[in-house]
Amino acid sequence: MNKPAQQLTIWRALNAALHDEFTEDPSTIIMGEDLTTWGTGGGIYGVTRKMADTFGKERVRDTPISEEVLISAGAGAAMAGTRTVVEIMYSDFMLLGADGLINQAAKSRYMFGGQFATPLVVRSNGGSGIGKAAQHSQSLETLYAHIPGLEVVVPGTANDAYGLLRSAIKSNNPTIFLEHKALYYDKGAVTKELIPLGQARVAREGKDLTIVATQLMTKRALEAADMLAEQGVDVEIIDPRTLYPFDMETVFASVRKTRHMLVVHEAVRDFGWGAEFISNTVQECWGELDAAPRRLGAARAPIPYSEELESAVVPSAQEIIAESLAAVGHRKRLLV
Amino acid sequence: MTIETDVFNKFDLGTDGPSALELMSTIREFESRLPGYSEAGLIRGSTHPSVGMEAVAVGVSRALRDSDSVASNHRGHAHCLAKGADPGRTLAEILGRRDGYCGGKGGSMHIGVKELGILGTNGIVGAGIGLATGAALAAQAQGADNVAVAYFGDGATNQGVLSEAFNLAAIWNLPVVFVCENNHFAQSATLEEMVAQPDLHRRGEAYGLPSVDVDGMDVEAVSNAAAEAVHRARSGLGPTFIVADTYRYLGHMAGDTEIYRTVDQVEQWKGRDPINRLAEKLLTSNVLDQAQLDAIAATAVSAVDGAESFAKSSPYPDVSSAFTQVSEDIR
Repeated sequence: MNKPAQQLTIWRALNAALHDEFTEDPSTIIMGEDLTTWGTGGGIYGVTRKMADTFGKERVRDTPISEEVLISAGAGAAMAGTRTVVEIMYSDFMLLGADGLINQAAKSRYMFGGQFATPLVVRSNGGSGIGKAAQHSQSLETLYAHIPGLEVVVPGTANDAYGLLRSAIKSNNPTIFLEHKALYYDKGAVTKELIPLGQARVAREGKDLTIVATQLMTKRALEAADMLAEQGVDVEIIDPRTLYPFDMETVFASVRKTRHMLVVHEAVRDFGWGAEFISNTVQECWGELDAAPRRLGAARAPIPYSEELESAVVPSAQEIIAESLAAVGHRKRLLV
Repeated sequence: MTIETDVFNKFDLGTDGPSALELMSTIREFESRLPGYSEAGLIRGSTHPSVGMEAVAVGVSRALRDSDSVASNHRGHAHCLAKGADPGRTLAEILGRRDGYCGGKGGSMHIGVKELGILGTNGIVGAGIGLATGAALAAQAQGADNVAVAYFGDGATNQGVLSEAFNLAAIWNLPVVFVCENNHFAQSATLEEMVAQPDLHRRGEAYGLPSVDVDGMDVEAVSNAAAEAVHRARSGLGPTFIVADTYRYLGHMAGDTEIYRTVDQVEQWKGRDPINRLAEKLLTSNVLDQAQLDAIAATAVSAVDGAESFAKSSPYPDVSSAFTQVSEDIR
């Protein structure tokens, strides 16, 4: 694995991961709406491009618009021993298949006493930012992270997209793989190495404040960090990459160093995964925190259509800066 | 599409009759004891006996191999036993014991047996329809000649997944047999009240599925319809919808007041009892004499006696197992 890293967009990295995994494991299948017939022949965001040419229509299947049976049949196929990927065009549509995911796939190992593996990946995209409005823009990752038996992956870079998708397909557990629709064309270096689920990435090193964020919010936190650096606040950014399993050790180590914490997510703030990260950190690192951790998330509102409205409900770099300053305020006052 | 109707394995009274009678009798005995276990506090929650409906599971299963999949429903013990599940381990699961197929984690509505292709009884009405469709997809994608069966009741025909699955199975020609056990009640709601098109087979026809009605109280009729459907599926001719007309003699579950039906109706259906009918046929055709019929009945009782003593003597699971097997840790 010492090949030089390639510069790839996220959609191309995902496409490469699918090609590589399908080449390695001939038992894999993928199905979804418009997978081979849309645009340049690769699904709504191109991720399945040339899959049918390479692997044939038995393994790469265009489906009717039937999310309920697609997800439950995906669960049944996986239980019957076929490693199955289901692409759902937008993660909002996964709700139509909630029974297959939550009542069937997530519980199949446990309720049958460990007999069945369910190597199912449900791939989709979440997130806002491109004007898709209330039913095509939600960030629902917290719902799935709450369900025992499901793994939840939220890649934010091309390298993570590649390495995590391959690990998700190899996993014998049902995995929700949520891409971000506003990041498909972001480019990055891809080393083509597998990345285990449950291992956070330090996206930026710093010593004054730990920001935990995923996907579009990691990107905005990085922008915010540059501006905060000019104000003398050195930010460390942790991208968990997977919400279940989730890597608290990397967060604890960072917080022990910075003594301050802010969680930023695009999902609605209330009852979001940020509270889980903060709760764990407060219990584990209480004595090492100089101030109360803070969280920032979307407003408690559906995602609106009009551009300024959409921007208003999701955390911006400016809001991240303001919350960051609030999060370190206590220590700054001590220093003054 | 022409179906070669001669090539499937038809029910033979002489060779298949006695074993079908024994299996139906065992299931009858097994299911009949469940209300007693509930009253004795041995069963927690809900359990749904299928007394009266034995011919469907037994008839369908004759055509199946271990490597074929079945996805069952909340009234699913018979589907498991007919597919070859051990009565002792099945009952141990229903009683929440360590030696149950799922170590007591599943109970009556979540009995799965991987080595027999039993993808589980199911607590969600209609859910097995999607799972079986997926198992058929797996067989087709792997190039295996396995088939999948979905068992569901008339109530499940009102779930949206049925329409989606019929369409998907039809366009992909999946090796799946959809078996509707029409026992005329969705819990307490009647078919007449809740289904706009009571000729259920027409739901299948609307999606281009060969769809047949069979007398679900006649194991021979069910068996032949299922054998033909399974043969079609195995030969790459795609899905079939079978509607088996049947009836449950007991309530939906323990505590059912049964105010939605009359004693007369129940008694009328008992007049079509699948076990009595087969026994009579075996007797009048001189396949078995009365002594042999009595011996089969006794064998069924002793099989369930054995299952009961096995299940009751199995310990409750170790509490630590409540926290295991949620996910496979591959990291």
